[in-house]
Amino acid sequence: MSEVKYSKEHEWIRLEGDIATIGITQHATELLGDIVFAELPEKGSKLEKDGTAGVVESTKAASDVYTPVGGEVVETNPSIVDNPSIINQDPENIAWFFKLRIKDKSEMDSLMSKDEYDKFAKETTT
Amino acid sequence: METKKTSLYQLHQDYNAKFVEFAGYQMPIQYSGGIVEEHKFTRNHSGIFDVSHMGQLFIYGGDELIKDLEKIFPLDLKNLRLNHSKYSFLMDKDAGIQDDLIITKINEGFLIILNAACKDNDFKILKELLKEKYKMVLDENRSLIAIQGPKSSQILNDVIDGVKDLNFMSGNWFLFDNQKVYITRSGYTGEDGFEISISNNFVSKLTRELIDKGSKLVGLGARDTLRLEAGLCLYGNDLDKEKTPVEANLKWAISKERISKGDFIGSDIIIKQLNNGVTKIRVGIKPEGRVIAREKTKIFNQSDAHIGEITSGTFGPSVNGPVAMGYVENEFSKKNTKVFLEVRGKKHAASICSLPFYKKSYVKGSNE
Repeated sequence: MSEVKYSKEHEWIRLEGDIATIGITQHATELLGDIVFAELPEKGSKLEKDGTAGVVESTKAASDVYTPVGGEVVETNPSIVDNPSIINQDPENIAWFFKLRIKDKSEMDSLMSKDEYDKFAKETTT
Repeated sequence: METKKTSLYQLHQDYNAKFVEFAGYQMPIQYSGGIVEEHKFTRNHSGIFDVSHMGQLFIYGGDELIKDLEKIFPLDLKNLRLNHSKYSFLMDKDAGIQDDLIITKINEGFLIILNAACKDNDFKILKELLKEKYKMVLDENRSLIAIQGPKSSQILNDVIDGVKDLNFMSGNWFLFDNQKVYITRSGYTGEDGFEISISNNFVSKLTRELIDKGSKLVGLGARDTLRLEAGLCLYGNDLDKEKTPVEANLKWAISKERISKGDFIGSDIIIKQLNNGVTKIRVGIKPEGRVIAREKTKIFNQSDAHIGEITSGTFGPSVNGPVAMGYVENEFSKKNTKVFLEVRGKKHAASICSLPFYKKSYVKGSNE
């Protein structure tokens, strides 16, 4: 199993070969509350590192989803658009958002490990 | 200014509330269940809402007070029976809405429930208008809770016997733990329910008993989705000084008898608008897809002309889709008119619809 990395914007990213699967963290869903809407990037679109890649909305507010690395969108997850509540139920597995063919693996270097992210999440919310 | 806490603050904490500041108060936006679950529990069972931040204004007086209040509110107050309630508004001379409220005739005068953000200003305005002739108390010693949803009548009646016999929009004094509580059959969720005015010292005890009987605490988040599905206005969003009751599509709340006399504050404008129509009007708006159009979203017609704005918009858990209301130019206010909502730079199709989005009949009470 490949390593999962985390961003300060509360996305997780799992790299397999040059394909990265990206979603939002459990911690993010707890901050957002009930997610009722998700918008994904277009398949084939090219995203820059830290650029906007989509939107999630809870009953309370809308939040942008960013991509922690740049690349071309090769696949998106239609099930989270049809049934956004699965993002709350299983954000770091079933409810992935999109897959990118990444162009520069070194962009992964600045991202956090699981331990680093857990610490970051704890510090930024208390 | 330091934010205030209601008498239920500790109880909210005990139930893991997430707090927000609202109108100067620390209020629970949700508890551990989350907004959607709390919303559905209220629709299917029974939810308890702490609305103690709202103003409870007691004005004491007799026939002269009735006459003076009729100069302010567009209501037939002399025919309002004891313990009956009416929805109304405090208007300025241009009929702009300064607050919306519920006024109830009680033995010694009137009880008016005011919005939290408006209550101090309302008190000032009313004191001036009534020329300090009457004793007025904006009671900070009483809390206000609402219990809403189909099981509420039975749950509350188990704790305070007799409340299930109240009719919709009427109230009475009851006893809880030898304390006088004033209970009306009313609410703001589109469900059958009650609002209970009770001493700050006893509100936790009552709330805990209601929880023990199966009701659950519900936060302001679900209160907002419930009231929007029910087509009810939120002051500050859907109503403000720039809007009149006619524009807000609330003319049903204005007494016909009082319009014919036209002797209340703002009546000139109200009568003119009733006769000549209005340029903008509040409507329900149903987005076609899943995109949520929130307040301040611009509304366009099919020729891409800007025709209005959303004033409240969210996801409706019982509708299972986005719901909104807003103001559009009158000619585009007909039901089923196609409009477009600009969200994050893209235009999304929607249609004008009638309110409410979610309908359930209010229980009239077992007397009828």
